[in-house]
Formats: sequence, C-alpha cells, structure tokens
Amino acid sequence: MSELSLVQAVNAALKRAMSEDASVLVLGEDVGINGGVFRATDGLFNIFGEQRVLDTPLAEASIAGVSIGLATQGFRPVAEIQFTGFAYVCIDQILNHASRLRARTRGRLSCPMVLRSPAGGGIKAVEHHSESPEAMFVHIPGIKVVMPSSPARAYGLLLSAIRDPDPVVFLEPTRLYRAAREDVSDDGAGMPLGQCVTLRPGRDVTIVSWGAMIREALEAAEQLAADNIEAEIIDVATLKPLDSATILNSVGRTGRLIVVHEAPMSCGFGAEIAARVAGHAITSLLAPIERVTGYDTMMPYPRTEAHYMPSVAAILAGVQRTMAYT
Amino acid sequence: MASVADGNSMHRVLDVDGKVVGNFPKFASDPDELLRLYRILVLTRTFDTKAIALQRTGQLGTYASSLGQEAVSVGAAAAMQPDDVFLPSFREHGGQLWRGATLNELFLYWGGDERGNDFAGPRGDFPNCATVGSHPPHAVGVALAFRLRGEQRASVCIFGDGATSKGDFAEALNMAGVWQVPAVFVINSNGWAISVPRARQSAAATLAQKAVAAGIPGEQVDGNDVIAVRSVTERALTRARQGHGPSLIEAVTYRLCDHTTSDDASRYRDDAEVSRHWPAEPLVRLRNFLVSARHWDKDKEEALLHECNGAVEQAAKEYLATPPQPIAANFDYTYAATPAELAEQREAAIAIAHGAA
Repeated sequence: MSELSLVQAVNAALKRAMSEDASVLVLGEDVGINGGVFRATDGLFNIFGEQRVLDTPLAEASIAGVSIGLATQGFRPVAEIQFTGFAYVCIDQILNHASRLRARTRGRLSCPMVLRSPAGGGIKAVEHHSESPEAMFVHIPGIKVVMPSSPARAYGLLLSAIRDPDPVVFLEPTRLYRAAREDVSDDGAGMPLGQCVTLRPGRDVTIVSWGAMIREALEAAEQLAADNIEAEIIDVATLKPLDSATILNSVGRTGRLIVVHEAPMSCGFGAEIAARVAGHAITSLLAPIERVTGYDTMMPYPRTEAHYMPSVAAILAGVQRTMAYT
Repeated sequence: MASVADGNSMHRVLDVDGKVVGNFPKFASDPDELLRLYRILVLTRTFDTKAIALQRTGQLGTYASSLGQEAVSVGAAAAMQPDDVFLPSFREHGGQLWRGATLNELFLYWGGDERGNDFAGPRGDFPNCATVGSHPPHAVGVALAFRLRGEQRASVCIFGDGATSKGDFAEALNMAGVWQVPAVFVINSNGWAISVPRARQSAAATLAQKAVAAGIPGEQVDGNDVIAVRSVTERALTRARQGHGPSLIEAVTYRLCDHTTSDDASRYRDDAEVSRHWPAEPLVRLRNFLVSARHWDKDKEEALLHECNGAVEQAAKEYLATPPQPIAANFDYTYAATPAELAEQREAAIAIAHGAA
C-alpha cells in the first residue's frame, strides 16, 4: 500500500497491466521517453521499451485508428490523447469503427482498446485543454465510458478498462491528477465497470456526480451535515453502461436528486440521469430534479473559468431549492 | 529515371489490346494462374450485373458497382497471402471473392444484412469502409501488429482517389512511413469521386506522388491490367515482408459505372467520355491475351460464363431465401457481454416486435 496521486495511480495501473499481459501497448504523443505531458506514462518506456511504448506522430485521429487495427490483431492498445480538446477528431474513428466493429462483423472482429484522455477544467490551462466531452462519448453505442474520481478508483477502473473486451473511453479529471493522494494497493485488482460508488450515505437528498466534481459534492455534503441535512453522494464512475439501480434506489429513499457536472447543461449526462429517475422513480420524488452544471457556453479562458464551473455554493443553492419542497 | 510525379512511369504489362508491352512477371508464366485471375474478373462482373438487377427490382439495397475497375482489387488481392489482411473500401467485390468471401455474403452485405461481413473464408479481413478513407489508419495498426510480433504478414488497404484528399489518408501514410510497417496502400484511381473529377480532387500530377511526402515508395500502375496490378502489389508486399516498409500504389482505371445505384452520372459526365474508356476495360484485355496465347477460346468462354451465371444465380437465390436476423441479434453483438441497461432495451424490442407491447 502506498500513497499515490491520481496520475501516479494511472501510471501504476498501466505498469501493472503491461507486466501481466504482453499484449498491452501504450501509444500516443510524447508518451515515450517524456512519459506523457502529465507523466501518466512516466518510466514505462524504460521498463517496457519502444516496442510497447510508442511515441506517435502528431495525429490524434490516427492514434485512435491505429489502435483499432492493433486491437483486431490481439493487442490491447491503450492510447493517450493529450487533452480532450484534441480528442474530438477521434470521435469519427470511435463512432464509425471501434464501437461497431463487433456488431458489423457479427462478432468476427472486436476492438479491445482504451482511449485515455485528461478531461475537465480548473487547472488554468490554455483554450481547448479543459473540455468535458463525456456525454458525446456516452451517446455512442458499443463503447464504455469511465471517469474516475480518486486515485484508488482510477487504478482499479483503468485495469478493468484495459481488460475489457470492448472499447473504453477513459477520461481522467485533470484537476485531480495531483490534487490529493490516497492509499492505493497495487495488487492488480480491477474495480468492476458499470457500478456506481456510494461515497457517503445520506437520508435527505441524493447528489450524483462523477470525475472532479465529486470533490465539490463531498464538500457540499460536509457543510450540509452541519445544518443537519444528510446528503447521499454517488460517484457514477462508469457513465456507460450506467448503473441506474444504485441511483434509483437512493432517490427512492431520499426523494430528492441533484446532478452535478462540469459539462454544459443541455444534453449533458445529467439529462440522462434525470430522465431515468423521472421514468422509473417519479412517485418517489418530493421535489423537481436539480441540475447544477456548466453553462451552454464555450469553456471560458482561465481568468473566468471559476465562474463557469459548478461551485460548492452552487451545489448548496441547488440543494436548498430542492429542500424547499416539503 | 522517370519520376512518380510526372505520370510517365505507369507500370504496364498488357496494352489495351492484350499485347505484351512490359516485363512478364513470374506468376504470369503459369497459364492456370492467369485463368484463375480471369475467372474471378468474370465472376465479379457477373455478380455486378446481378446485383444491379436485384437493386433495380427492389431486392437489394444501394449498391456500388465495380464495373471497369475489377482488376484493381483482384490484382491486389491475388498478390496477397491468405493470412495477410485485406481492408477494402466498398468497390472491391473482386478482391473479396478472390480472398474467399462468398457471393452469398456479398449479396447479404449489399442486401442490408451484417452477416455479410462475417466472412467464413478470410476471417481476419476487414469489412467495407463506407466512410471514405477512414480505414488507412487501421491498415497501419494491423501492419504494426505484424511487425511487433515479427510475423511475415502484411495488410493491403484499398480506397478511391477521393480518399486521398482526406486527413486520415495523409496521417496513415505518414505514420506507416515513420514506423516502416508492412502495409500496402492501393488507390482505385477511377477518375471520379461521385461527381467530382480527378482534376478537382488534387492539383498533384499523380496521386502516387503523395507517397513522396511520406517518405515511402509510390508508383502508378495501369489499373485495368490485372497482371501489372498483381505484379506491382507483389513487389510492394515483398518489400514489406522483408522489413522495407509500406508502399503506395496508384492503380489508374476508370469508373465505367455510376457511383452507386443511387447515382446518375449523366448529370455530371458526358457519355462520350465513358465510351472513350470502354476499350481499355480490364476483362477484354486479358481475354485477348489469353486467346492469342492459345489458352482460351470461345467454348471455354461460354463455359465460364455459364458457370459464373450459375454460381451467381444460386447465390442470389440463397440470399433471397435467407430470413432477416432475429431482433435480438443487433443487441447481442453490441458488446461481448450485454449490459443490464441494454438487456432491458433488448427485451422491450422483442416484446414490441411480437406485438406484446
């Protein structure tokens, strides 16, 4: 057991996966000797060599496309896209090929690959480096979408993503890369995909979130407890496939739901969660569902990004609106 | 030495009349090999004719003909080993048939049934790529896998002249060059990308010269000369297997057909232009050579046409008699293991189909 940051946990999972399975490869821009711009692949080049840690030319669409070719031939490529703003050109390859190769060929070919990318804002990065595109990926049938919120979950979920027989988009909250450390046991144990994690039990209101926003949600819960409001915090962890049961069960007990995400509101993943709760648990609801999200604007430049991102205060305000219904 | 950029170095073995004008490759000295090539060319055109007839009578979906371009994919596929991987665009019916895909599978695919991609023969070959030019990166990945494992295998990827305008093509060629992977890229340079002619696709004198920027060999070949296409592809594959990296081959041909059955080329192309290109088409050329070499005659031709017609008619009958897949199939192949939320949709779809909901 050692204390690791989230980016170190990603590194440990990659190292573990590559050690236990010779078919696991890492490829991307600057992932070799440089260890990736965030150091997620630090040291892998020295351990595993240039045959398994491949620096690619600067061509994101083909990083995804080449991974598809490798995956059909028995490799398990883990591709790194340096920032999510550069990942949009990969959507063609993921949507038109990786996600449907199994279905198109009726199981003859498949695509066990992982597309990793840092995601989200709050690090005062230059434009196009702070996007939250998870909903765009969730809309693609045939893939899985994962977004961890802690070092231990990053480790376990990434191992499971790499071992998964289908393509997985793995979005790592940039803001959490070095924000906190946590004991991570490098034991090779994967965390199951497709399961929400209840981080804090509570009887009064359910707050559902994922990725970096989990920190604000937990902080809000802490403050609410002082006012004797017990918030249940659910980390979605795997957005696709979604573990609706855990969320429905919680809302069934609390009757109140707040979804928090950094991405723009319209057609954000919060809308899907709201629709599922409305469809399956509307009789449990004591108040309208609240969405506390980023706005339908572009992700602003760093000087005003704090106004864009949901704050603890915004979450608390959402909870108060919800609690006003009695 | 002629440059790939001047368009004067087109590789050719047979001229349009079937006379030998270039170096006769080794495989071509075996008449049986040439007859095999001719048989697939004829089978492909027979399939093509039937596919269009079925589409016109509402029994097949939109279909992309390969009329006049059959030699490109047949020649390229004939140069491959069985355990190589073929990555076609959507006009490579001939190459697919050579590789062992069945007529029934081809009908199923164009008839709108995914089982047409589940080739019983070439299990590693890719399905068609309808999003033009997005598959060259896959060929790089496949070839990289072979190189990393030290296997003597290669990938062969075919796409049209329009695809060479796309970013994925440029990215893939560049990456293949950097990594020196055993991949061969073949352009079915048929003069038209739906309604846009070659001249409006690129200002480059040849498309083969796009290899120069990627630092890999590029050459033009007469795409209506199946012997030349096979020969050039064989050379590229030999280089690839020996660790000398990828190649780009521009097979210059002509699209004698509409883009697809949904297209009407008379809106943008003169019939006179099409007529001018008919004499150069690939089947007559090889047949003329075979006849002049006394490997072929009228009786054999009739017997072959009879055989091909029979095979195509039989396959069409089987295709038309094949019931659609059960509703569940679409769900069952989306993931290796169907997630709970999708399983719910699966049950709902089945219930709706059975009138229970």
